[in-house]
Amino acid sequence: MSQTTPEPVAENHTSTKIYYQIFAALLILLALTVGVSYVDLGAFNEVIALAIAAAKALLVILFFMHMRSSSRLTWLFAAAGFVWLGILIALTMSDYVSRGWMGR
Amino acid sequence: MAELHSIMATPVAHHFEDAEQQHEANTLGMWTFLATEVLFFGALFAAFYIYRASYASTFKETSRHLYMSIGAVNTVVLLTSSLTVALAVHAGEHRQRRRMVRFMLATLVLGLLFLGFKGVEYFLDYREHLVPAFNFAWEGDNPGQAQLFFIFYFIMTLVHGLHMIIGIGVIIYLAVRARRGHYDQDPTAIELFGLYWHFVDIVWIFLFPTLYLLKQ
Repeated sequence: MSQTTPEPVAENHTSTKIYYQIFAALLILLALTVGVSYVDLGAFNEVIALAIAAAKALLVILFFMHMRSSSRLTWLFAAAGFVWLGILIALTMSDYVSRGWMGR
Repeated sequence: MAELHSIMATPVAHHFEDAEQQHEANTLGMWTFLATEVLFFGALFAAFYIYRASYASTFKETSRHLYMSIGAVNTVVLLTSSLTVALAVHAGEHRQRRRMVRFMLATLVLGLLFLGFKGVEYFLDYREHLVPAFNFAWEGDNPGQAQLFFIFYFIMTLVHGLHMIIGIGVIIYLAVRARRGHYDQDPTAIELFGLYWHFVDIVWIFLFPTLYLLKQ
């Protein structure tokens, strides 16, 4: 209508829509993880809480950090940190989990 | 499309073939830094979960002493700040300087709000004698194990808070320069700041359930 904003507002609206959708999804997942924390599910409380956190992190990485449209090389660099974290956790756990196996 | 367009207008340093290569090198540099951050925070999380498995019943009890409502509100604040950063980066890519600066200022306010809530929470923790080596007093069982939980709580949230403070410093610097038009040609700096800020958000996404929610 008005002449003051010749910028392509409509185009902006559609292209930022995904950010608002991801934001809404993140809030829903937050509500879900808080809700689940009130229910006693035994060991599954931890599994579900971490799974929801991982899902939220993935949404942030893929959409907010633009990994969805990044090059394969960027994927490799981003994945490297998590792969090495996996090694860190696996080797640490191999110690703690197996300590009782040898007897005292 | 917008991204391609923005790359075309970017000045290229002499050691790069073209603007696209330069842009990718910048992004890879930030991701390399973030990989070291993943390992830095990841080691803390790994240590925490080992002790949580060893002292499960105490850690569940200690988790109940944290203010989950403040933690949850702060999660909303940080998620919102991630949205505003994403919108600032988007505005930068579309060469909308004023819109970009406005979203950067919104991010700054939300970041300060997070630190404010965190400060209030620390004060409440202090009043309840939950600060290790300072005024720690525990009436339940296993005070040593309980203190260990709060050592993890304070170190992990303080290190996260330090990342927030650094991020706030950087965004003030970037916003002042952005307002003067420094990033009109090349908004890569805003984009890279966005990656850092989102990463700090992700750390909190894991910190919140790890410290506040595993109480069952």
